[in-house]
Amino acid sequence: MMEIFSHLIDGFGIAFQPFNLGMMVLGCLLGLFIGAMPGLGSVNGVAILLPITFFVPPTAAIIFLAAIYYGSMYGGAISSIMLGIPGASTAVATTFDGRPMALQGKADFALVAAAVASFVGGTISIILFTLFAPPLADFALRFGPQETFALMVLAFATFVGLGGDDIPKTIFMILLGLVLSTVGLDTISGRPRLIFFDLQGFYKGISFIVLAIGIYGIGEMLWTLETSRGKVEIISHRFTWQRLKAALGEVKTAWKTMSFSSLLGYFVGVLPAAGATPAALMAYGLTKSFSDTPEKFGKGEISGVAAPEAANNAASTGSMLPMMTLGIPGSPTTAILLGGMVIWGLTPGPLLFLQQSEFVWGLTASLYAANFVTLILNLALIPLFVWVLRMPFMILAPLIFVLCFVGSYAPDTRMFDPWLVLLFGFVGYVMRKLDYPLAPLVLAIVLGPLAEDSFRQTMIADLGDWTVFFTRPLSGIIMAFAVLLFAAPLLKGVRRRKAAADKT
Amino acid sequence: MRRAELIFAALLALFSIYLMYMSQLPPLQIGWVPRKGPGSGALPFWLSLGMLICAIWIFLRGWRGVTPQGRSTEPFMDSYTVWMVAVTVSSIFMMLLATYYVGAYVAMFLFMLFYVGVFGKIPWPTTIAVSLAVPIAIFFLFESGMKILLPKGATEPLFIPLYKMFVY
Amino acid sequence: MTFSRRSAFGVGTAGALALVATAVTPAAAEWKPVKPVEFVVMAGQGGGADKLARFIQSIIEKNKFADVPFIPINKGGGSGADALRYLKDNAGNDHVIMATLNSYYTTPLRNPGIGVNINEFTPIARLAEDTFVLWVNANSDIKTVEDYIKVVKEKGTGWKMGGTGTGQEDSLVTAMLEKAYGLKMTYVPFKGGGDVAVNLVGQHVDSTVNNPSEAIGFFEAGKVRPLASLTREPITELKDVPTFKSLGQDLVYRMQRSVVAPGGIKPEVADYYKSIFEKVFASTEWKDYCKKNALQCAWLSGDDLKKYFDEEEAKHAALLKEMGEIK
Repeated sequence: MMEIFSHLIDGFGIAFQPFNLGMMVLGCLLGLFIGAMPGLGSVNGVAILLPITFFVPPTAAIIFLAAIYYGSMYGGAISSIMLGIPGASTAVATTFDGRPMALQGKADFALVAAAVASFVGGTISIILFTLFAPPLADFALRFGPQETFALMVLAFATFVGLGGDDIPKTIFMILLGLVLSTVGLDTISGRPRLIFFDLQGFYKGISFIVLAIGIYGIGEMLWTLETSRGKVEIISHRFTWQRLKAALGEVKTAWKTMSFSSLLGYFVGVLPAAGATPAALMAYGLTKSFSDTPEKFGKGEISGVAAPEAANNAASTGSMLPMMTLGIPGSPTTAILLGGMVIWGLTPGPLLFLQQSEFVWGLTASLYAANFVTLILNLALIPLFVWVLRMPFMILAPLIFVLCFVGSYAPDTRMFDPWLVLLFGFVGYVMRKLDYPLAPLVLAIVLGPLAEDSFRQTMIADLGDWTVFFTRPLSGIIMAFAVLLFAAPLLKGVRRRKAAADKT
Repeated sequence: MRRAELIFAALLALFSIYLMYMSQLPPLQIGWVPRKGPGSGALPFWLSLGMLICAIWIFLRGWRGVTPQGRSTEPFMDSYTVWMVAVTVSSIFMMLLATYYVGAYVAMFLFMLFYVGVFGKIPWPTTIAVSLAVPIAIFFLFESGMKILLPKGATEPLFIPLYKMFVY
Repeated sequence: MTFSRRSAFGVGTAGALALVATAVTPAAAEWKPVKPVEFVVMAGQGGGADKLARFIQSIIEKNKFADVPFIPINKGGGSGADALRYLKDNAGNDHVIMATLNSYYTTPLRNPGIGVNINEFTPIARLAEDTFVLWVNANSDIKTVEDYIKVVKEKGTGWKMGGTGTGQEDSLVTAMLEKAYGLKMTYVPFKGGGDVAVNLVGQHVDSTVNNPSEAIGFFEAGKVRPLASLTREPITELKDVPTFKSLGQDLVYRMQRSVVAPGGIKPEVADYYKSIFEKVFASTEWKDYCKKNALQCAWLSGDDLKKYFDEEEAKHAALLKEMGEIK
């Protein structure tokens, strides 16, 4: 234990060297903006800015990239709250309550909640990272396809309660999301599936980003235009010290949610293949299930913003652990960080801690600091974000449409995606009008491929024996949790309906 | 609203059938493949079947008036909404189409000009300022900052000196 | 159709140009990019091919080999189908090049629907060939290929071989192994080579045929054990690991790491890119990288490369046919 502390103190010495500190602040700021841009998330940010690091020493380079990673995790919440478009898949759950809060004129409260929750999530997870790196890495290795599938079942179970009241419509949307996630070349068999009208673009599949930008960016905007007749006035308060204090006071009430979500996020993040998106969804779902007032969720509940934000930041730190200790990326972004390490001439893997301790501890210490820096930056920038909301809606709406276009084009630089966005936007608008719940669709398309691949890998590896999901100790435990969660809201629903029936 | 609910449910049912048809086209298999587990068409096929069942269920509920949409006699879209949606969707459509010819920057400039100025009835000085600011900001953010090149179409040659100045 | 016209006109001029180019220094045919070059990667962000492309980009930028930036663009969708199609649609575009791997052959063969014929593209240079090695978990009792064959024969389909998607390199290598030794094992496909390596370390699969670059970290930490390599010569970085060839089975499989340009570009454009990659190939960074990741770095360009592509494509067609993946 003492050894860890002395290492950490050395690490702070490295992180606070002026050059490294400068790189960190720059990275946080860039990350914040990249994350806030719909369509661009930490993956794009880290990949795009990788070349800058060719010219600096490895420690400064990883500090810079980790700061971008961190900053964009915070930034994702900004577009979820302000525009209602999730900036990245990790921030989907943040829209559920963040957007309603913004529409009620509490955008600044939501932003403060997101920033503070992210800070708590980041800090708790980095402490866990410092203390328990090696044993957790071994634990992560025990996750095979069986466990991954069980985890996906658990993730689905946690958002059973997320849909609307209309059961067939909710089921339909989940199924639709799962089917759309199979479009394109199949990993397992290598065969093309559902290539509609033989259009080449479908070989790549339908990415989450495209669907989310279409549904939330275009569809939701059309809905807002319709209901407001083009005269939206989003009430927004001047962001003052009093507002900040009031906001912090409200955030404080969600401390249990934040700490629980941070722990959950960290553990899910550590597992290979899972990453921050399922973590954020599970945190939201569980917080809602265990809440005394689940009916408030989706209508602007502050815990609904705090839970996913704490979890996704915790998970992003968590996914650095297998990257550093095993050389396994826990998320697409860490995969690029790994690539960066190769470029800088380091070999990621079990020996990194021994051979490159300056690098490892410099990074660890910089994560503590980066957390703090992003928190401050975020709070400082809230007035700017709130100002954006005061723009006349007939300027804001087309601006969002342009951002949807550019944001959907940028990740893969192909025109096919903006066209799909427009299509999904229109269909999403019609569905929204007819009360089809959209969140299950988006969630299903994110988790679908992971669930399908891990299920089929298990079926191949265990020769079609599906009982392994329950008999393997780890996956068995996760499955048991999932079954409980599936049952809980159903029972609650039955009870509530009974109560309602008794009244009438 | 009731008519829209029923028509849309019927369309979804048709779409589900289409998906089922697509998922069983050879070489996709919907059954169990020895040593390979479920075939690559299995998941989409059986889930689409589920979608079909749900769509029929939605239709019946709408028909029997269980859902609020099924009972509603309001029109699905009033004339303002039809106009607003038509203008918005077609102007985005035109922007995407124009990108192939005049590039993303000119296309978004024209789109902003139309949407803010003509459709939004914002005063022209503001409209022009905003319409110019958007492409310029996007150029600096994407091309100069992040090295993501947007399509330029015929305007490509105009950008060559800009690349020299800002991109590298 | 500009292509046929140009080629009719080109036969004479191109011949003459080639003569000039060989007689005088390459500086005679000057062409330089006027805008950033799109460096298309046939794989998603973070994969092996992506890491390599970004590494090459870092060499070019660090040493200022080019006046313009080379911007990596990932088009990994559909096992590279997206990238191949993009290259086809950009015929004649002087500012696009692509880093390839073996899905360069297999994806068009398996998906005639994408309408890509790789013979239309312009080969620029082959920088390296990645190798394949048979790995088992270090905790297993298997120490040699002989042990391996014995155990796999005993376990039959209960033996799990992990690899990348069906129809990709790992599954081809597995099919070769099965055929050579008369084995029948269960092949479990994963998304990428990194996942495969992790599943071997976590003992969720029993063996893999990872590239050394994907498994070398675990090897150095003593978590995985190489049994034999599918190369002609032993790999120097993996000491005492025999080749299958030395064990009496002619099993050789390589993954090419090359660069191609779209069809219909002028010869001087191709020459420009060739000169850039010549510099990359000669750099010390590249040599170190080859050594560290057990790549076999051998330069190939021009007609030799074209011939190599033709041979490899035919080889892959035969392999896929044998596996029953194509007709």
